[in-house]
Amino acid sequence: MIACDPERIQHIGAKVMAAGLPADWLDSAIPVFHRWIQQDACEELLIDVADYRHLPVGPGVILVAHEANYCLDRTHGRPGLLYQRKTVLDGAFQSRLLHSIRQACRAARRLMAEPEYQGKLSFNFAAWEIVFNDRLLAPNTEQSWTRISQELERILHGRLSPTSAAWRLERVGEPRDLLRVAIRIEGDVTPELWEALLLPDP
Amino acid sequence: MKASNSPWKQELAGFLPDDLARQIQQFEDQIALKKQGRLDDKVFMESRLRRGCYGQRYDNGQRHDGIRIRTLRYPCGDLTKGINTVWDAPGMQRIKIPYGGLNARQLEVLAELAEEYSVGVAHVTTRQDFQLHFVHLDDTPTVMRRLAAVGITTQEACGNTVRNVTACSMAGICPDEIFDVTPYARACAYFLLGHPDCQNFGRKFKIAFSGCPDKPCGLARIHDIGLIARVRTQDGVVQRGFEVLVGGGLGPVPYQAKLFREFLPIEELLPTVQAIARVFARHGEKRNRNRARMKFLVEKLGIEEFKRLVSEERAGLPEDPAWKAHLDAAERYREAPPSQDVTAPPIEDAVDPAYQVWRSRNVSRQRQPAFVAVTVALPLGDISAEQLRRLADIVRRYTPDNVRTTIEQNFLLRWVRESDLPALYRDLVQAHLAQPVAGSIADITACPGTDTCKLGIASSRGLARVLGERLAAQLDSLDGSLAGLRIKVSGCFNSCGQHHVADIGFYGVSRNKSGYAVPHFQLLLGGNSRLNGCSYGLPILAVPSKRVPEALDRILRHFQLERRPGEDFHEFVRRRGKENLKSLIEDLTEVPPHDADPSWYVDWGDAREFSTEDIGVGECAGEVVTPLEFELAACERELLQAQILFDKGAAEAARQSACRLMLQAARALLDWLGVAARDEEEVVARFKAELCDTQLFFDPFVGGTFANYFLTAWEQRHQPADDDAVRRLLNEAQLFLDACHACYARLAAARSAKRREVTA
Repeated sequence: MIACDPERIQHIGAKVMAAGLPADWLDSAIPVFHRWIQQDACEELLIDVADYRHLPVGPGVILVAHEANYCLDRTHGRPGLLYQRKTVLDGAFQSRLLHSIRQACRAARRLMAEPEYQGKLSFNFAAWEIVFNDRLLAPNTEQSWTRISQELERILHGRLSPTSAAWRLERVGEPRDLLRVAIRIEGDVTPELWEALLLPDP
Repeated sequence: MKASNSPWKQELAGFLPDDLARQIQQFEDQIALKKQGRLDDKVFMESRLRRGCYGQRYDNGQRHDGIRIRTLRYPCGDLTKGINTVWDAPGMQRIKIPYGGLNARQLEVLAELAEEYSVGVAHVTTRQDFQLHFVHLDDTPTVMRRLAAVGITTQEACGNTVRNVTACSMAGICPDEIFDVTPYARACAYFLLGHPDCQNFGRKFKIAFSGCPDKPCGLARIHDIGLIARVRTQDGVVQRGFEVLVGGGLGPVPYQAKLFREFLPIEELLPTVQAIARVFARHGEKRNRNRARMKFLVEKLGIEEFKRLVSEERAGLPEDPAWKAHLDAAERYREAPPSQDVTAPPIEDAVDPAYQVWRSRNVSRQRQPAFVAVTVALPLGDISAEQLRRLADIVRRYTPDNVRTTIEQNFLLRWVRESDLPALYRDLVQAHLAQPVAGSIADITACPGTDTCKLGIASSRGLARVLGERLAAQLDSLDGSLAGLRIKVSGCFNSCGQHHVADIGFYGVSRNKSGYAVPHFQLLLGGNSRLNGCSYGLPILAVPSKRVPEALDRILRHFQLERRPGEDFHEFVRRRGKENLKSLIEDLTEVPPHDADPSWYVDWGDAREFSTEDIGVGECAGEVVTPLEFELAACERELLQAQILFDKGAAEAARQSACRLMLQAARALLDWLGVAARDEEEVVARFKAELCDTQLFFDPFVGGTFANYFLTAWEQRHQPADDDAVRRLLNEAQLFLDACHACYARLAAARSAKRREVTA
């Protein structure tokens, strides 16, 4: 088993948890995601929409792109919008992590503004789950959790210290699951503030 | 693509069987060579197919987004992984599971791979395989290594090879089976895997085992080789063997398998299968893929000549120690029941109505007293990674580490103690795996269709989902004869959803309405999966996708109201006749104009306008119905009459009618193109010249096959033909008509585009 080194970790997913969900949130995603493809709405190469609404848990509707997937996800019964990076990114762990959070944030804001969702769908930008989609470089072990949580603490401290927000990290899921870390922010974190905080370093 | 591909190789070094490790390395080397431009597309494509790496929809880099065709500009640039197949485009990884047998650890690894390399979902196929979609080719060697580490191979999962060897999922536990075919299916699968005699086929080769002649679990009759368990007593000794069927197959035109041997002793199983493979490799068609399956060879040679060739081949085979080694291993094969009960059932479970419903539908008796088999019904054959892990826990807890995939795209838990059922049910409910629809009309089989398949015409999964949800909601109110019907849906004529052997089958087609393409499904009635797939349905009408649920409702309601006491669905269809059933739903074929209701022009589960081309409304399109559309509709009616004649035993009249209507359709198409033809012979000649030589009529995937159906039928119309041949001709006539519709849609779209250009 390879020891976890955050600097080697790629394929980081960031999931912002849903706060308010209309009953047809997955149905509405089909036309919305197809429209995003027509409009080139994301910076990734958008390919297709995969429909897994029939599954009670796991992915619901996925906007499949070459570099990443945008997924309305229900894994472990926790609905949210997951940005799952697929291709390798340059830069340090911090920039790869922040990139995924930023992309999820943007997609969530855009989704809320779509006519199908306006006023009905909302996300809790203070509740996140970070998913490390690589069992070899980020095994779901105590050692990985220790290393990753230290790194996350450092990053969050750097980014959130200008605000009054406090945060809490939690390792979630079972041992066979991917390494998943829940981030709970205490304090008023708006999506705008998040995005500002997440801007790449100059 | 994955950062850990290289570390995985090191991590798993020494944990893989040598032969698999070597093969995977060879494949990785081929990937490297292809990237260096040192392997040509054709060779590389067949290599990756033989490793189970299949193409996926839009992998040519083109996708219609509902408004226009967009080019998907992948970073790989011009690099391809096959002819017209872009390297970076996501693909499908098929994973072979011989006879569907799996253990808990293998389920966990499949869950891991689904999460890390696919979209978090694994798909069970109608041939007991798994498929992962949206996989990058660069990741496939790692996927293969991780599978090999738990004893699973993807070798020869696709390509012109022996595909996954299937078997009844109840094998070994079925009360009606003659004997357990599992060890023989296993022996056959591993004996033929990578066998030198199976490397030079013109097409794929499918083998299935069935433990009894009656049930629909094995579908031996729809395979290249179908093997049904038999015993005989000779000199007071009971001997095991197989009834051998050859040359069956679905595809656009289904063929019933022919009897090759009434009883083949088990000692002869592997040498005979090897001899058949050698005959297929030597005599099978190689150039024309559309005539290269074994069914065509058996048809061409005749069963007696085929038998003679196999017998000659068998006689010349040198003794192979592998025959005995595999057979000895088969004889040693045993499945042990779990050692002890899990828990005593709480009393309240016994009266829980939901539990009782689930138990009545999803649980079946084993031949071993006190044990039962439990079906885990999967919607559309899909299961999420999270559910797979929970299923692995269940397999460990309640079975002797033994689960199988089924040809109905479900799982079967075997060797469950009856006393454990309440506890098992609770665990399945928690995993969202207790859907009480197993083996019912709501448990619909569907191929991937337009979701991911390159050949899909209409959304088979979208339709199956809608029908499945509606029927599941009604299931409690349906009586047994309705509730037990089987529905199977394919996205195109190729039958991956096995629509021919369903009580009610559908396959996707496209129809043109004033310049717009409209998704439709052909409805087939008269198929039967019992007796190992004993009869094939015939299409009666193409129904717009959005009206299929209504059409189905009407047919089911009609059956419920009009059937005679004790009459089953097949008897009912035969008695009422196709014309009568068609008239029930004919009004549903009306499609409103695009401007009035564009939702008809969008397929299930999609938001894009149904099209692969940039069709617009031309100046004179309006709602005018062209004479060609009227003519094609008349041909459809004529075809139905031909089917009715055939059902009444007038095969020759049916054949002549089918030939005539194909000619009529060809003439109508030529008329629409402005090509005059005075008589029948000129129609044929002009059709060849104007539509075949120019390839205008050719299907993008099967080329001139459908045109050849017409040309061959016409050429051979005075030669004798048996009933089987006429039944196939009726299928071919339907496909030819579908192709006429498709050709018209393509040419009409091209005309509209040209007109728009001129106007602009």
